[in-house]
Amino acid sequence: MDFFHVLVVLLESTIRVSVPLVFAALAGLFTERAGVFDIGLEGKMLGAAFAAGAVAAVTQSVWMGLLAAILISIVLSLVHGYASITQRGNQIVSGVAINFIVAGSTVILGEAWFRQGGRTPALGEGARFQTINLPGADAIRDVPILGPIYSDLLSGHFLLTYLAFAMVPATWWILYRTRFGLRLRAVGENPGAVDTAGISVIWLRYRAVICCGILCGFAGAYLSLAMTAGFVKGMTAGKGYIALAALIFAKWRPKNVMFACLLFGFLDALAIRLQGTPLPFVGQVPVQLMQALPYILTVICSPASSARPSRPRPAAYLM
Amino acid sequence: MSTPYAKLPGWVEYGLVPLVNLAVAFLVAGLVVLLVGENPFEAAYHLINGAFGRGEYIGFTLYYATTFIFTGLAVAVAFHAGLFNIGGEGQAYVGGIGVALACLWLDQVMPWYVVFPLAILGSAFFGALWAFLPGWLQAKRGSHIVITTIMFNFIASSLMVYLLTRVLKPLGSMAPQTRTFAEGGQLPKLDWLLSIFGLNVGTAPFNISFLLALAAAFGVWLLIWRTKLGYEMRTMGHSPSAARYAGIRESRITVIAMMISGGLAGMMALNPIMGEQFRMQLDFVQGAGFVGIAVALMGRSHPGGIIPAAILFGVLYQGGAEIAFEMPSISRDMIVIIQGLVILFAGALENMFRPAITRAFAVRGQRAAAVVQTKGA
Repeated sequence: MDFFHVLVVLLESTIRVSVPLVFAALAGLFTERAGVFDIGLEGKMLGAAFAAGAVAAVTQSVWMGLLAAILISIVLSLVHGYASITQRGNQIVSGVAINFIVAGSTVILGEAWFRQGGRTPALGEGARFQTINLPGADAIRDVPILGPIYSDLLSGHFLLTYLAFAMVPATWWILYRTRFGLRLRAVGENPGAVDTAGISVIWLRYRAVICCGILCGFAGAYLSLAMTAGFVKGMTAGKGYIALAALIFAKWRPKNVMFACLLFGFLDALAIRLQGTPLPFVGQVPVQLMQALPYILTVICSPASSARPSRPRPAAYLM
Repeated sequence: MSTPYAKLPGWVEYGLVPLVNLAVAFLVAGLVVLLVGENPFEAAYHLINGAFGRGEYIGFTLYYATTFIFTGLAVAVAFHAGLFNIGGEGQAYVGGIGVALACLWLDQVMPWYVVFPLAILGSAFFGALWAFLPGWLQAKRGSHIVITTIMFNFIASSLMVYLLTRVLKPLGSMAPQTRTFAEGGQLPKLDWLLSIFGLNVGTAPFNISFLLALAAAFGVWLLIWRTKLGYEMRTMGHSPSAARYAGIRESRITVIAMMISGGLAGMMALNPIMGEQFRMQLDFVQGAGFVGIAVALMGRSHPGGIIPAAILFGVLYQGGAEIAFEMPSISRDMIVIIQGLVILFAGALENMFRPAITRAFAVRGQRAAAVVQTKGA
């Protein structure tokens, strides 16, 4: 039963670290399906995490923090939208610019406002998300196999965790079962046709970008209001890029995106778990290799599918 | 929006438009200074004073500029081939291995002018190696070069921590760095160059790699505009389909352009390692690889634009240190913001002010034409 216990713990932390990836990758799904490439997921997430941490610390309200995160993330999305949709600038350059602006300003503003070395003050009970115990979780904890799966693996997560996984079918439904979704996919694959049908390409793409902003806002809020109690500088640590890689790996499909994010999350959790423990046959693995593992695997995994024809081919892809 | 812009005079196209974009970027940066509760004019004063106030300060400004010329050229070469190499940071970091190996091997027995060429080759080799894999993955598997180069930055960072804490560190030492190089691993300063202008370079590490950077800039100009390879790279950058139609092998150009780009980024390591620290330390690149993106965009990927752009960022780095000293709430991270704003306004939004400027010149042109007509009548 020891192996089973380890597995449950590992999967539980997989879910925990996958949540921001799921939000961010779904956010990227909306814009990329609409033909706007977005390398700025990282920056939006970081900006949202800072806004959430700062506002929640000042107002002592977790909801105000969440709202601020979403607002900031939408504003950053609109900057990206203005540059890449209205001005037809280079989308990658615009995304990179946003990442830098956010990386610098979160540190400068955080230091100027709170003077804690780029952190926001630690949040108390009411100012961050609490875990939710599903009904009956305590009652069946002792049941073998099912008990731990239900009580430890599925129960005891944050509201945002459940929201993230609920967003997967929701995104699928929006994209494949609504008129908005159909048009959104069409504008990515053939903007000319959408234009001919008398639908505004620009307004559609702006709406896609706003959807991306909302989801990145949730991702950032999760980092600073749920996973940790406050903002730490550079806390996204490449998650935005990993989410992007997961999105490409999953060929821009919601269900696959979720599994890709869980895979990357699992590797991350495994890397944390294996630090300092010698492996059979290999011996002690240097901690740096374990830290680099998610990035190495992203390189190995992400490319294979991006050259396939199923990739959406928006006219506005520049590079 | 899709109508082509009227042709502007050269000095407007390459002078005024970038300057207007730059001015807006600094205006927004000034707003951030206001938001922090400081006076932007005072910050600007400390910036200029810190960068040019004394011969020593100028030496530091040019020292930083040297670094940014290398990384700016690296990004520019890839840009010409239509590739966005965002991994200059990692390539420069890994390039440091080549410099360190050359110095550790020969510094005690050979003079600097023997070690230096070997270190150049070593740094370019390791930098190119680190850029080869993303280039190869893009060429063979169609993986997105932006994502792979970003991942390689993270991997480089872990690799270098491993090497500096386990392999390259001298026995019995705790600090994650190589031993200090002897005479042969130290580049001579360019104090004579500044003393021509009556300036005393003082302790500034302004060294001979500045001349190498200028030579590299000339070399890049030759490569891009005067060789067959450069022509093929530019063709691919402008129109991949035209390049394919002309029989240019895309995968070959992708890999070669990335390796040249990585080699130039790697050569950046010469400046801090052999020119200032005389040892390889953790995080010696300090974001210079990313600054290269802003420098290349501002300099419009032309060596003639990259050198002034690199000097401007040298001013920001050196003057920024002075601002951080005088105004503690404005730390070095302010430069990251300015960098992002420059990338935004000089890169993604480069055409934002162009219609207005074009209109202004069109009006002027019409007036001039009207004057000629009246005179003619």
